Amino acid sequence: MMVHAEEQSLETVDTGVLVQKAARMKADGWRLVQISCLAKDAYEITYTFDKDYACAHVRVRLPLDAPELPSITGEYFAAFTYENELHDLFGITVKGLALDFGGKFYKLSVPTPFAPKPQQPAK
Amino acid sequence: MSPLSFAKVISRSVLSRPATRLYPFEKRPFFKATRGAVAIEIEKCILCGICQKRCPTDAIIVTKAAGDWQINRLRCISCGACVDACPKKCLRLENAYSPAVVQKGADDKFHQPSKPGMGETQA
Amino acid sequence: MATRTVVPFGPQHPVLPEPIHLDLVLEDEKVVQAIPSIGFIHRGLEKLVEKKDFLEMTYVAERICGICSFIHGQAYCQAVETVMKIDVPERALYLRTIWGEMSRIHSHLLWLGLFADGFGFESLFMHSWRVREKLLDIIEETTGGRVIFGTAKVGGVRRDIENLTLKRIEGELKTIEKMSREMTDVFKNDASVKRRTVGIGVLSKEDAIALGAVGPTLRGSGVAQDMRKLGYAAYPNISWEPVVETGCDCYARCMVRCREVHESFSMIYQAIAKIPDGPVDVKVTGAPSGEYFARVEQPRGEVIYYVKGNGSKNLERFRVRTPTFANVPPLVKMLGGCELADVPVIVLSIDPCISCTER
Repeated sequence: MMVHAEEQSLETVDTGVLVQKAARMKADGWRLVQISCLAKDAYEITYTFDKDYACAHVRVRLPLDAPELPSITGEYFAAFTYENELHDLFGITVKGLALDFGGKFYKLSVPTPFAPKPQQPAK
Repeated sequence: MSPLSFAKVISRSVLSRPATRLYPFEKRPFFKATRGAVAIEIEKCILCGICQKRCPTDAIIVTKAAGDWQINRLRCISCGACVDACPKKCLRLENAYSPAVVQKGADDKFHQPSKPGMGETQA
Repeated sequence: MATRTVVPFGPQHPVLPEPIHLDLVLEDEKVVQAIPSIGFIHRGLEKLVEKKDFLEMTYVAERICGICSFIHGQAYCQAVETVMKIDVPERALYLRTIWGEMSRIHSHLLWLGLFADGFGFESLFMHSWRVREKLLDIIEETTGGRVIFGTAKVGGVRRDIENLTLKRIEGELKTIEKMSREMTDVFKNDASVKRRTVGIGVLSKEDAIALGAVGPTLRGSGVAQDMRKLGYAAYPNISWEPVVETGCDCYARCMVRCREVHESFSMIYQAIAKIPDGPVDVKVTGAPSGEYFARVEQPRGEVIYYVKGNGSKNLERFRVRTPTFANVPPLVKMLGGCELADVPVIVLSIDPCISCTER
């Protein structure tokens, strides 16, 4: 018997329309599940939404040298934990965070350890 | 809303024998399947090194030339990957955990009798 | 004009075993705002994919958390199996369900004990853990370990339970169920428990959905959502319903977990009655290539496992979003306006597992 594989949709959008897309999902009744990031030749940020057990992903790509994201905390306040984590672990700048910890959400000894080129620990 | 709803359990605990065991006079018997320390029948070992490749924590070190098989007890997580992988089935997981040590870095070393080593023959 | 003081709560605190740090802004004894901060136990487990191949990552995934260890392993194996399109034998799916539900019962019994300790009812704490010990004996007998099961494997499970053993375990589970019913009745009826939990930490239904709450925190506010309904493992063949309460306070969340314990017992009996014979694993060859998000219901809520492979033995990305991480914004909302003495009870009512949150 096959391990159950649920239907999940994936859509890639531009950073410019990200906030409008989040607003549309919120108006339709989707809830935010998680935000995750893959850092290889570009930053791939995936937003996951859920409604009545259906799952939809929205993906954004950022270049490695200029990682800047608009925040969706205006629509989904709960995103502040994920966006602070993106900043602390990956070094991505998020503009317009409703609750900005300024890099102090995660207490780490090596700043941005998951970025492709992690910075050296503070001496 | 009963303030005495716990009274039945309390009176039973007061009147019956204690639930705890009088260790060290009464030791707890381990089950047959309990995953404890790794033991080896060194005469059967062919020093192939598959257990070293499969160990997720790199706790096993096999030196084929010298005929030694050693395990770092503090790194071993008793997962049993080496036991499943051994082609000669000379490894097994014992019931009891390895005893506590007073210094780090004291590995358990076993010597394969059919190999010469360290200038002396094993009896 | 009341003066404001900032009290740091944690990471060392006698009540909470979890290293979470909260800066509580107080006006006299009322909490005005709570600012969380984590990172005391960050092990960087997601970065280990660069060193360990995808089969060895099962051991890492199991050890992210001690209490929900088996379900972490199961979720990781499900994600990799879906990417590699592996068919898992039916007996393995039923065994995963049985162990998963046992894991849920032991986690809830542990939480009930800690919750009682949180408001000072220590003898109830000891009794809950005493009931849990009997369950841990069954777990050790079938899997080899009390807390870290070590039975999750990509392609099935690592060991089998014989049918005779299953019948005997069913008898023992019935005794444990009777003992745990005595415990949950105390939580339901006792006056001192109600005094400390009713009306504390209120999270309305709209807030719970808007802030992304999961698990019993969401179900205690009246939303019937349980990821086991997605139909993985053997859950489609067992009849059960998500447990929902409408109280929206700490008492409602406690009742959700108490009722879930009994629901899990009935699910285990159904699984034992229906389990088919057959092999318990399949051979796995090759390496994963592709990506997938696996969603599984842990005792604390919905966990999401993201794996991405590119055809080599090492995965490209492994990402876990655990339920406690999603419950941090609702916690911040619940703490606004409460008394200082209620802070431990509210923090405990979301069932925090900080080692899961920070991996």
